[in-house]
Amino acid sequence: MHFGPHLLLAALEGLVTSAVLALTALGLSLVFGVMRVVNVAHGEFFMLGAVLAWAITTAIGGDPALGFLAALVIAPLIVGAIALVAERLVLRRLNYNPEATIVATIGMLYIIQQLALTFYGPEARPVEPPFSYRILLPWFGYSGYKLSVIAASALLLLATWLVLTRTRIGLTMRATQYDSETAQAFGIPVGRVYGGVFALGAMLAAIAAVLIVPISQAHYLMGQDPLLLSFIVVIIGGLGSLRGTVVAAVLIGLSDGIISMFFSPTLAKIIATLLVAMVLVFRPQGLFGTASR
Amino acid sequence: MSEASPAKAYALHLGVIALLFVLSLLLPEYYHGLLARIMVLAVFAMGYNMLFGYVGLLSLGHAMFFAAGLYGAGLAIIQFDWSVPLAFLGGIACGAVLAMVIGLLALRTTGVAFMIVTMMFAQVFYLLILYFATWTGGDQGMVVPQPARVLSLGATSLELTNPTVRYMTALGLFSIVLLVTLAIVRSRYGRVLVAIRENEERTKMLGYDTFSNKLAAVVISGTICAASGAAYALLFGYVGSSFASVQYSILPLLWVLLGGAATTLGPLIGTLFMYYVIDVTSGYTSAYLLIVGIALILLVLFFPKGILGSIRQRWLEWLP
Repeated sequence: MHFGPHLLLAALEGLVTSAVLALTALGLSLVFGVMRVVNVAHGEFFMLGAVLAWAITTAIGGDPALGFLAALVIAPLIVGAIALVAERLVLRRLNYNPEATIVATIGMLYIIQQLALTFYGPEARPVEPPFSYRILLPWFGYSGYKLSVIAASALLLLATWLVLTRTRIGLTMRATQYDSETAQAFGIPVGRVYGGVFALGAMLAAIAAVLIVPISQAHYLMGQDPLLLSFIVVIIGGLGSLRGTVVAAVLIGLSDGIISMFFSPTLAKIIATLLVAMVLVFRPQGLFGTASR
Repeated sequence: MSEASPAKAYALHLGVIALLFVLSLLLPEYYHGLLARIMVLAVFAMGYNMLFGYVGLLSLGHAMFFAAGLYGAGLAIIQFDWSVPLAFLGGIACGAVLAMVIGLLALRTTGVAFMIVTMMFAQVFYLLILYFATWTGGDQGMVVPQPARVLSLGATSLELTNPTVRYMTALGLFSIVLLVTLAIVRSRYGRVLVAIRENEERTKMLGYDTFSNKLAAVVISGTICAASGAAYALLFGYVGSSFASVQYSILPLLWVLLGGAATTLGPLIGTLFMYYVIDVTSGYTSAYLLIVGIALILLVLFFPKGILGSIRQRWLEWLP
C-alpha cells in the first residue's frame, strides 16, 4: 500500500476513535461544566457500558443486530441508574466539594473495576457487530460498521446540542451551570439537575462504549485510556464547551490514529499527555475556551 | 498545635521510634519484613503529607517522585555499578530535581487543574519508563542483584538483605524523616505553609512570597518521597514500573487521609492500618482494590480528618 491510502486508512481509524471519544468526553465535560465535579470514575462507566453490552447480547442471543440494539438501549439505562445512585449516596453528601469528590470518584473507580473483575473476569470478550458489510474502496475494503459508528456519534452529538440549546431542559442545565445559587432562587431544582447531569454524563460514556465494543473487545481495564483521552479532550477543548469538545476530539482522535500508525503508540501517548499538561499550565482556559470566570 | 509543648511532642515521637525498635526484638521474623516495608512506605506517605496536609495541595502524581528515587537508585546500581550510599543519594537527587521542575510548572495552576496536571506528568513519567524498556526493563521491572546490595563501611560490610539490617535501616530512615518533618512543621516556615493552606491571598498580603514557599514544599515533599523510593529499591531489591502507576499516587493519599492529614504521625498510622486491613481481609477476598475504594469513599464521607486528626480535635490538642 502506498503512503496516500495508508494515510487515508489511518485517518478513518482516527475518525472512529474521535467519534467515540467525542461522546465520552462530552459526558465528562457536561459533568464538570454543570457540577464542577471531576469524575475520575468516568472511564469505569464507559467500561460498564461495554461489559453490559456483552452480557445483554449474550443473554439475548440469536440475531446479532437484535442483541446489539437491545444493548444500545438497556446498557446506558443501567449505567445511568448506577451513576444516579452514586450521585445521591456520595457526591450530594459531599456538597460537591471539588477535592472530596475527586477522592470519592477515585474510590468509585476502584470499586467498579474490582466488581467487574470479580463478576466478569479478566478475559477480553468480543461482541458481534450488528451487520458485517464491507465498503470496497479502490485500495482496501473498510468496515461499514465503523463508518456507521461515526454517523451514529455525529447524530447523538447533534441531538445533545439541540437538547442543550433548544429545549427547556437544556435551559435549566445552562442556568445551573452559569450560577447555581441564582438558579435555585428562581425555582430550579438544582439538586435534581445535578443528579440528572451526572447520570446523563455516564450514559453518554456507556453509549460510546456500546458503539465501540464490536470493534474492540470488552475488558475490565478498558476504561483507563478513554478516561485519560477524555481529560485531554476536555482540557484542550475548554471545560464545558460543547463545540470545543467536538473539535478537540476530532483533533486528538485523528492525530492519535495517524501518530500511532507511524510511530509507537506509547510515544504518541507520551507526546499527547505532555502537550496537554503544558496547555493546562500555560493556557488553562483551553485552546478554544474563553477566559474562565 | 499549641506553643507550650515542644518537649511533649518530641518525647512522643522519640517514644514511637523506641517502640518500633523494641518491636523488632519482640516480633517474630515474619513481621520484620512487613514492618520494614511499612516504615519505608510510611516515609512515602510523610512526603505526601508535607504537601497535601500542610500546604493543602492535593497531588495525584506523587508516584513519579517515589519512582524517581526507585529508578534513580536502581539504575545507578544495575547499569553503572555505583555503591549503595552513592546510589541512594543519586536516587534522592533525581527526585529533588524532578520535583523542582514539576513544581515550577504545576504550581502555575491551582485547585482541580493542579491535581490533573500532576496526574498527567506522572502518567508521562510512567509511559517513559515503559518506552525506554531496554534500560528500565519495561513492565517487567528489574531485580537489584543481591551481591550489589551490600553496604561496606570500612572493614565491616552490612548485607541489606539480612532481615535485621533491613529493619534497622528502614527504622533509621523513618526516624530521620519523622524528626525532620516534625522540626519543619514546628518551624516558622511550617507555619507559613499552614497559613498558605488556610488563606493564600491573605498570606500574600502579609508579605510572604507564596510561590517560592510552595515550591520549596514541593521539593521537600518530592525529595522525601524519592528517599523512600531509593530505600525501597535498595532494601527490597525490586524496581518495577507499577510503582510509577496512578495507583501508587492514590495510595499515599489514602494512607494520609486515613491516618490524618497534617499530623506528623498520621502517615505511619494510616499505612500501618491499611496494611493490617488488607492483611486481615485477604483471608476472605483477593479484591483488595475494592477495600481501597470503599475506604476512600467512607473516609471522605464520614471521617475526613482521619484517625489522628479526630483524636487531636477531641482530646489531644497539642498533637503536632
